[in-house]
Amino acid sequence: MLDVIRDVQSETGSVSEEAIVQIAAAMNVSQVDVEGVVTFYHFFSKSPVGKYSVYLNNSAVSFMKGCAAIAKAFEQEAGCAFGKTTADGNIGLFYTSCIGMNDQEPAAIINDVVFTNLTVEKVKEIVAGMKAGKSAKDLVKQFGDGQNQSELVKSMVNNNIHKKGLVLFAPFEAGSAVKKVATMTPDAVVEEMKVSNVRGRGGAGFPTGMKWDFTRKSEGPKRYIVCNADEGEPGTFKDRVILTEMPQMLFEGMAVGGYAIGADEGLLYLRAEYMYLKNYLENVLEKMRKNNQLGKDIAGKKGFNFDIKIQMGAGAYVCGEESALIESAEGKRGQPRNRPPFPAQVGFMGKPTSVNNVETFCCAARIVLEGGAWFAAMGTLQSKGTKLLSVSGDCKKPGIYEIEFGTTVKTLLEECGAMDAVAVQIGGPSGTCIGKKDFGRRICYDDLATGGSIIVMGPKTDILQVVHNFMEFFVEESCGWCVPCRAGNKILTERLEKIMHGKGSATDLTELESWCAIVKSMSRCGLGQTSPNPILTTIQNFRELYEAKIQKGKDYVSEFDFAAAVKESCAVANRKPLSEGH
Amino acid sequence: MSKPVVATASLAGCFGCHMSVLDIDDRILQLIDLVEFNKSPVDDIKTFTKTCDIGIIEGGCCNSENVENLKEFRKHCKILISLGECAIMGGLPAMRNGIPVKECMEEAYYNCPTIDKNDPKIMPNDDELPMILDRVYPLHEIVKIDYYLPGCPPRADLIWEALVALITGKELSLPYEVLKFD
Ligand SMILES: Cc1cc2nc3c(=O)[nH]c(=O)nc-3n(C[C@H](O)[C@H](O)[C@H](O)COP(=O)(O)O)c2cc1C
Ligand code: SF4
Ligand code: SF4
Repeated sequence: MLDVIRDVQSETGSVSEEAIVQIAAAMNVSQVDVEGVVTFYHFFSKSPVGKYSVYLNNSAVSFMKGCAAIAKAFEQEAGCAFGKTTADGNIGLFYTSCIGMNDQEPAAIINDVVFTNLTVEKVKEIVAGMKAGKSAKDLVKQFGDGQNQSELVKSMVNNNIHKKGLVLFAPFEAGSAVKKVATMTPDAVVEEMKVSNVRGRGGAGFPTGMKWDFTRKSEGPKRYIVCNADEGEPGTFKDRVILTEMPQMLFEGMAVGGYAIGADEGLLYLRAEYMYLKNYLENVLEKMRKNNQLGKDIAGKKGFNFDIKIQMGAGAYVCGEESALIESAEGKRGQPRNRPPFPAQVGFMGKPTSVNNVETFCCAARIVLEGGAWFAAMGTLQSKGTKLLSVSGDCKKPGIYEIEFGTTVKTLLEECGAMDAVAVQIGGPSGTCIGKKDFGRRICYDDLATGGSIIVMGPKTDILQVVHNFMEFFVEESCGWCVPCRAGNKILTERLEKIMHGKGSATDLTELESWCAIVKSMSRCGLGQTSPNPILTTIQNFRELYEAKIQKGKDYVSEFDFAAAVKESCAVANRKPLSEGH
Repeated sequence: MSKPVVATASLAGCFGCHMSVLDIDDRILQLIDLVEFNKSPVDDIKTFTKTCDIGIIEGGCCNSENVENLKEFRKHCKILISLGECAIMGGLPAMRNGIPVKECMEEAYYNCPTIDKNDPKIMPNDDELPMILDRVYPLHEIVKIDYYLPGCPPRADLIWEALVALITGKELSLPYEVLKFD
């Protein structure tokens, strides 16, 4: 259903009530189901989004890099405000959550085409181009490095790979992993994964060998491999670069997974923001089919059948959560499922499914080639191998770093040119914000875990402003299923604002912390269970910032403004507002 | 020792929370033994006649009168309790938050189904009427609140136990069923 709605959206610029009725009838589902899907995702809209729809990234790093000025420029040039379309229906301006371009912000997506490193000048040109009716693709003047230049991508996105390691960015010979795996038994593949001790790279760090073992042992005639390329955690963009430069390795890794668990179908769930890579990836798949690296009897091995389909997302961070991703891939609202049962038992289409991150599959391909022991020789006690980090924010060299697990934050900061960093956000908003005293700590599951997002904050960045941005992100991205997350994140954000406005007291700070505990412990999925982290970890590590804002010696301060509160109703009723206690 | 003095009020609420107070059944007789009521719909005393120990408020603030009432309670009560969802979060009345005040008022006075289309459109604006606030506020955003009793309405037992706990100084047990969200 997602594909149908996506087509309607891009053909007609909206999914109108009428279209909803038609889709429901054609697909034999209720209108409410269709409407539920349309209203769930960022890139679907019931009202027209314009012939050109501009989605400007409003993530924290985008603001560090001047998003506010860019937004103003768009509004001035286009002649309409954000959230609106121009009167002639030509241009629509919208904000969207992190689009995976944090190393080249401010960035925006216009009709699936990515525009990076925006300046006021560039905005002027782009808007002029749109007014002149040029296609978004034609507005791209310069292409990025590597495969971004290839005929099927032609994007201005840059890879920004600053450090290559032995696992992800070492040379990879096409076909080698499937060839190797064909000589092994599925048992041996799982065993090799266990020996390597590789843990999931998507954030949660679950041991991949164990996950594959569970999935393989789940009863059923059919199983699935799903690759999580939703990459929605603000500040992560490493999967983007893998998809651009190492798709062959990724797809072979998926085939390895399929071979190990006994699945003949794989799904790449690609976030809508990476639509610009779709044709390119389809082409890689097609080539692999021709070369007997996908399809039937892969690498000449009888019965080694595996093929991969690409399923596009439609803009929703929570769809990165594996059960929500499965719901979304099945064409529904991307709301997490109750667990258990886990996807390994009941997953895509109700069948046992292993959902793994892009980077995890690449590791799997490498492990098959080099052996589990080789892999396990790198890293720390509980974190083996290397990790791709997406570094952005206040540093000289934002981009991709493949580091060995156990590298200290300090070393990383030296490498990326951020010696004046005051704070570092490890693992994106849902991770931890640390200060200088913790820069000696190591990046690994045993210490500072991360799915790859590293956001550096320098002395000029207002940390509380960043925290606020992260909280707004969670408010926006909560799927709304459970109250503690849906309402709780709003409450947290408002209480934070009260403190930021200088209207907070010590009570507000204590209550803020207890609300954090409620949201964390009462939410159903990982989103709500981690969403208070920006507040909690900054209260822990930067308490002085909060202390400086609250009114000392008072146990209660109200932000209520009587005159402002009655102003509008009095104007409507055409009466003179009376002062309080008249 | 003299009996603790209790005052209660319903602001932007439905009186359901007060009904729940009455729902403590025959314990109401014990309650009368335990406490003295001052300003409250229970005994129909309209104005404070003395400082109270405990103020219990149902409903949030939707207009200027609510605000004044609430501040009056804060002034006269040593302990203030938010009783029920409306007082704690705004509750049902807060469903209008997010809809512009103008739209709400026009819906109520111009366009609602009980208004005859031929009638002149009148927006009440007498100075005696309370002024509508831009949104419905939970109590704790306007004055300091000491305790919150959740529920819509909070169960009679909870209200009873909370009062007894406050008066006797015993700890109140709040089991999971009382706090769970769905
Ligand atoms: C709100 C939320 C968002 C997530 N987003 C992603 C994501 O974008 N990419 C990803 O690989 N995992 C994401 N995850 C983790 C997945 O649920 C899952 O653990 C992961 O895909 C498993 O793959 P792995 O074992 O290879 O890490 C997210 C989890 C949550 C709770
Ligand atoms: S925690 Fe938030 S995102 Fe997760 S299921 Fe609940 S409402 Fe949805
Ligand atoms: S909380 Fe429920 S019972 Fe109490 S006033 Fe509000 S709506 Fe009525």
